[in-house]
Amino acid sequence: MEARKPLLLSLIDGRGAIFLGILTAAAVLVPLLSLVIPANSAFAIPAYLVALFGKYLCYALLAIALDLVWGYCGILSLGHGAFFALGGYAMGMYLMRQIGTRGVYAHPELPDFMVFLNMKELPITWWGFQSFPYAMLMVLLIPGLLAFIFGFLAFRSRVTGVYLSIITQAMTYALLLAFFRNDMGFGGNNGLTDFKDILGFNVQAKETRAALFVASCIALGAGYLIARAVTESKFGKVVIAIRDAESRTRFLGYRVETYKLAVFVLSAMMAGVAGALYVPQVGIINPGEFAPGNSIEAVIWVAVGGRGTLVGAALGAIIVNWGKTFFTGALPEYWLFALGALFVLVTLFLPKGVVGVIEQFKAQRASANKGGTAAAPAAE
Amino acid sequence: MNQLPRLRASRALAIPLPANGAKSLIETLAFAAAAFVLLILALFVAPHARAQGGFDVIIGLTTDKFPDTERALNELPGAGLATAPDIVEALVANRLYFNGPARKLYFADEAGKMFDAATGESADVMASALKKVRINNAVRRSLDAARGALTLMSPDPAKRKAAADSVFKSRDATALPLLEAALAQETVSANRKILEEARAAIIAGDSGANEVQRLEAIDILKSRGDQDAVSVLTTIASWSEGRVKAAADSASSVIQAKLALWRNVQNIWYGLSLGSVLLLAAIGLAITFGVMGIINMAHGEMVMLGAYTTFAVQEWARTSHPGLLNYSLFIAIPLAFLVTAAVGILIERVVIRFLYGRPLETLLATFGISLILQQAVRTIFGANNREVSAPSFMAGSFDFGSLQIGYGRMWIIVFALAVFFALQFVLRATSFGLRMRAVTQNRRMASSMGIDTNRIDAMAFGLGSGIAGMAGVALSQIDNVSPNLGQSYIIDSFMVVVFGGVGNLWGTLLGALTLGVANKFLEPIAGAVLGKILLLVFIILFIQKRPRGLFALKGRAVEA
Repeated sequence: MEARKPLLLSLIDGRGAIFLGILTAAAVLVPLLSLVIPANSAFAIPAYLVALFGKYLCYALLAIALDLVWGYCGILSLGHGAFFALGGYAMGMYLMRQIGTRGVYAHPELPDFMVFLNMKELPITWWGFQSFPYAMLMVLLIPGLLAFIFGFLAFRSRVTGVYLSIITQAMTYALLLAFFRNDMGFGGNNGLTDFKDILGFNVQAKETRAALFVASCIALGAGYLIARAVTESKFGKVVIAIRDAESRTRFLGYRVETYKLAVFVLSAMMAGVAGALYVPQVGIINPGEFAPGNSIEAVIWVAVGGRGTLVGAALGAIIVNWGKTFFTGALPEYWLFALGALFVLVTLFLPKGVVGVIEQFKAQRASANKGGTAAAPAAE
Repeated sequence: MNQLPRLRASRALAIPLPANGAKSLIETLAFAAAAFVLLILALFVAPHARAQGGFDVIIGLTTDKFPDTERALNELPGAGLATAPDIVEALVANRLYFNGPARKLYFADEAGKMFDAATGESADVMASALKKVRINNAVRRSLDAARGALTLMSPDPAKRKAAADSVFKSRDATALPLLEAALAQETVSANRKILEEARAAIIAGDSGANEVQRLEAIDILKSRGDQDAVSVLTTIASWSEGRVKAAADSASSVIQAKLALWRNVQNIWYGLSLGSVLLLAAIGLAITFGVMGIINMAHGEMVMLGAYTTFAVQEWARTSHPGLLNYSLFIAIPLAFLVTAAVGILIERVVIRFLYGRPLETLLATFGISLILQQAVRTIFGANNREVSAPSFMAGSFDFGSLQIGYGRMWIIVFALAVFFALQFVLRATSFGLRMRAVTQNRRMASSMGIDTNRIDAMAFGLGSGIAGMAGVALSQIDNVSPNLGQSYIIDSFMVVVFGGVGNLWGTLLGALTLGVANKFLEPIAGAVLGKILLLVFIILFIQKRPRGLFALKGRAVEA
């Protein structure tokens, strides 16, 4: 038996090491190239790109959260965008409260849209959001609570498969409609925007963007490690068993719904954190984030990268979104064709995603090496 | 010139008679005699039409004083001027001119040609040499009243109806004589009814009228039975006393009870209409879901393709066979079925059949297909809304009690039910339907019995898609035909399917109609958006109670 490794290291396999390595490098290099190198240098990264990369990282964290429930627990949630958006709204509310008297109406307490809607006092839902720790708590709690209530009801009554997917979609659709209403007190159609400061630093400043980028790297790395810790633990093995044979696991005496609920809530919280980091970097949160299409798109990131691999999910999110940025800039009318084709081709030909293909390729090479030691050196 | 005073004289005789039922005959005769003397005087003394008390309408309009203008307008409808409608219209359009010193009034037609207002003959004057008759708010009120009174006599029945309606709303007691005159001439029975109601509204609100007349008037208002009648009756009840007040109160409460009943009937009708649309959109989905256990996310796009087929057929008819334009829907329905069924079968053969046993992946693949189809339609037809016109038999409406029933909505309900029962027939009475039901109930057993399940899958997918296409034909009549058409229905369709349950189309029917009616009853209480949210929450909770919908397929089917 090999010696017991420290817990943290035991979580990092080959893929994870590469992933975390690249992430660390990015966390160091991107701020360096953005802040230290002069702007006219060929290597300098402009501030908008830093925000763009930061946005990709938030999507990657959302993808990891989704992979945790879909790839490991078999719950295809078509409503994870809702948790992402709720986290985003919690952060947006904090940022709105930081504007203070600098708004158009210069009201010391109420955000502009409330003054515009003739609200007299701060709605109870907004209380406490001027405090950063409280807002961060809400980023975790609100998506977590929604996931808990929703999951408690759904898993207890054994709603599974396509039915579960449809009602998660109904959930995010209902929230979309609700947040569009002005009476909800969350800015209605326009959402929350025009942010000024985060923790006293200007949101638009280069330095803040770099800091947010680093924060996103850390959150993504932490999210990955947490997901790994969950899936590698004994608890995680049961979760995987549920994915593969739910009834059998139940017959073995495990409380399937409890396991599912725990994973679902954890995943929703991770999605909430992703949303919270996303908002200051893109500068706006509006009800459009609840659109069912967004949640389905997040599912395809996971499928492209490789379901049930975690690293693959993050990779898929970055690849697809990079493609989206490229296409919508260069060939806007072809983006939907490309995305649609991606959905079809990945499900048909790449059931294990990009990571699956790489692994398969590696396995083939390994078996080729084993099979013909005489031929291998010649090839190299 | 000479004709005009005579015309006016007959008016002078006619007016006092119906206006004052209380006046004695002698008084009336005396008045008539006085008017006759005036007429004789007028013939010799004044060249213009004169009203009572020597007031001349035409001269009143030439003094450039608002009180005179107002009085002239008040008396204009009763003055019997042949040019009265022209004068009023010219004043409305700011084309009425006068020459103060000469006491002459002129109006211009739309082309700017000038006419003498007293005679109606064309006049050789320049508008630039004249002054315009000015209006203020008080004058404008009189102008509106004069206009309404004159249109009560209009030769166009529709205009008379509108004028009678406006008198009913204004309940202007001074309009009563005109109303009586109009009533005496009116031949269209619907118009007579409105005129009588307008008269009743005035009499019922006239504290000077005797009680019997007022009670009769209240009865007439009660039989009218709409919201306007209620508002008239409540005003009357608020200041009347005794029997009149009691009668008005009871009449308005009777009407309100009836209106509440009709509101419910209307909610049900609108709900059924919405439900039939949901039924059309969801029924194809229910088939593919029931048979193959997959949710086809591209289903909404099939609806959209059906709508665009309708548009294409209509454009084809418009350009090459204008005679068919009114009937293009009858071509579009089978064509939309064929087009979308073909697309559906193609999708099934190319993509879905490789994904059997992986329902969640199928969901993703079909979502991808939906994106491709949307963008393809956007590229071909453009992103804008396309206009699909309604054929003549779907335009217009008829009254059913207090309910206005549009032919469009009615035919869509009929169409939805026809599709539903045709589909039931296919499933129950054909061998294809028998096979399809067998596959739905137990795929492996059906396969063992020699049913080609692959073929059935493709056919079922084609059938479901084809029905979606026909739904698109119906939706093109009530919704915008745009590339996003399908998306707005897909989630509602899912809700219907999961609510109704699969394996039994009656569940889909009941689910669609229930959700439609529930939606329409929630709308006035909670608002359209909140109502929809409540329904979504309700369905999410309902699924907890019955995870397989209202009509779950019974049997031993259990997941692995």
